[in-house]
Amino acid sequence: MSHTNSPHAPVLLRANGLQKSFGTHQVLKSIDVAVRKGEVLALIGPSGSGKTTVLRCLNGLEVPDGGSVSFEGGPAVAFDSATTQKQAQVLRTRSAMVFQNYNLFPHKTVLENIIEGPVQVQKRKKSEAIEEAKELLARVGLAEKHDQYPHQLSGGQQQRVGIVRALALKPSLLLFDEPTSALDPELVGDVLKVIKELADEGWTMVLVTHELAFAREVADEVVFMDQGVVVERGHPEVVLRDPQNERTRQFVHRLLNPF
Amino acid sequence: MTVDWTLFLDSLWPIVLGGLTGTIPLALISFALGLAIALLMALMRLSANRVLSFVARFYISVIRGTPLLVQLFVIFYGMPSVGITINPWPSAIIALSLNVGGYAAEVIRAAILSVPKGQWEAGYTIGMSRTTALRRLILPQAARVAVPPLSNTFISLVKDTSLTSLVLVTELFRKAQEIAAFSQEFLLLYIEAALVYWVFCLVLSTGQIRLERKLDRYVAH
Repeated sequence: MSHTNSPHAPVLLRANGLQKSFGTHQVLKSIDVAVRKGEVLALIGPSGSGKTTVLRCLNGLEVPDGGSVSFEGGPAVAFDSATTQKQAQVLRTRSAMVFQNYNLFPHKTVLENIIEGPVQVQKRKKSEAIEEAKELLARVGLAEKHDQYPHQLSGGQQQRVGIVRALALKPSLLLFDEPTSALDPELVGDVLKVIKELADEGWTMVLVTHELAFAREVADEVVFMDQGVVVERGHPEVVLRDPQNERTRQFVHRLLNPF
Repeated sequence: MTVDWTLFLDSLWPIVLGGLTGTIPLALISFALGLAIALLMALMRLSANRVLSFVARFYISVIRGTPLLVQLFVIFYGMPSVGITINPWPSAIIALSLNVGGYAAEVIRAAILSVPKGQWEAGYTIGMSRTTALRRLILPQAARVAVPPLSNTFISLVKDTSLTSLVLVTELFRKAQEIAAFSQEFLLLYIEAALVYWVFCLVLSTGQIRLERKLDRYVAH
């Protein structure tokens, strides 16, 4: 069940009316999402539903054609068709992202991957960054791996490094883009365990996932998307156990009963 | 026909010295400058700015579409007509650098494009600007891809420096020519020059292999 679920916590991130088209294909048709501090929001839905695009709009990797995104205490970034990547860049200072394919830097060791952001971008002391990185690595069970290169690690280990790289930035929001979809089934558990621990610690997260059982366990709110719109949203016990909408029902049923 | 081994041995050091003081520094300086030009041109070609992209495309087209010898002659023998006189060495370095710039630009551009888009994105999400991501993440990875073709460019350049003997630069081949003219042993001296170029290139190739091995340390096998 959910952890520190506080309906009165302030809203950390709010996105209103997000719209995005690739060519003539409209991937997002006015999406609203809000995440409260300490809350875990899970975005679910079939492939092509637009859930990953929503996530990528939240940190400006995708520039929406319309709508706005704002962090608590910061200005709202309003988008239109003339908004550039550079203007969307301000959103990135508050969040960090974990990718489906890890996207570790192959030419850097595990430790170098983790301290790159803190040292090069945030200009923190290298010795401090190294110490913190080693503590974080120990927490995810990779203390011994700090001077290995990514290709020497398994997928599950690489993804845990990816999570540590995000944590090392001390962001106020963690974004997960299908963090276990590229993993061999036996490695999924280790990564989910780490994410669960982070949720329990009170990190604010937005999680795009196909792991419905996991979403039910960690999420405070589940948003089900299909064809660029939010079809249903609410408490995971409702959306995942007793969906009100027919499309949600079909999707959940198919994922829980693949045969 | 007998080989004049004494002449061969006596002229070996002057020719090698011409290589060490002419060919090699000429190649190294021109390569360094040429790579800087190439990187600039590659980035201009990749830029969203149409003017920059067009300028780079035009430059690359002109350099690759005209002979190096003609470029050298334009600079050294042509420019004085408009009042610009450039000495042999600077002329040679300008022509060779511009030439390398044109060829290496396409290599570097392809190498940059070969780095997966996810690497840029990972850089952005840890707060990097485009420039920082390019410098810290993309170029180091592109370098791995670019080293073999750039090594070829460099070895071609080492051999192309022989053309600068025609704009009065004293380098390996010009030394050989001087001794040949004096001794009238043309075949011997030109084969000797060829051998010295060959040895130089062999040594440079081992440097390439070492560099590739070093850059390979993070690549799975």
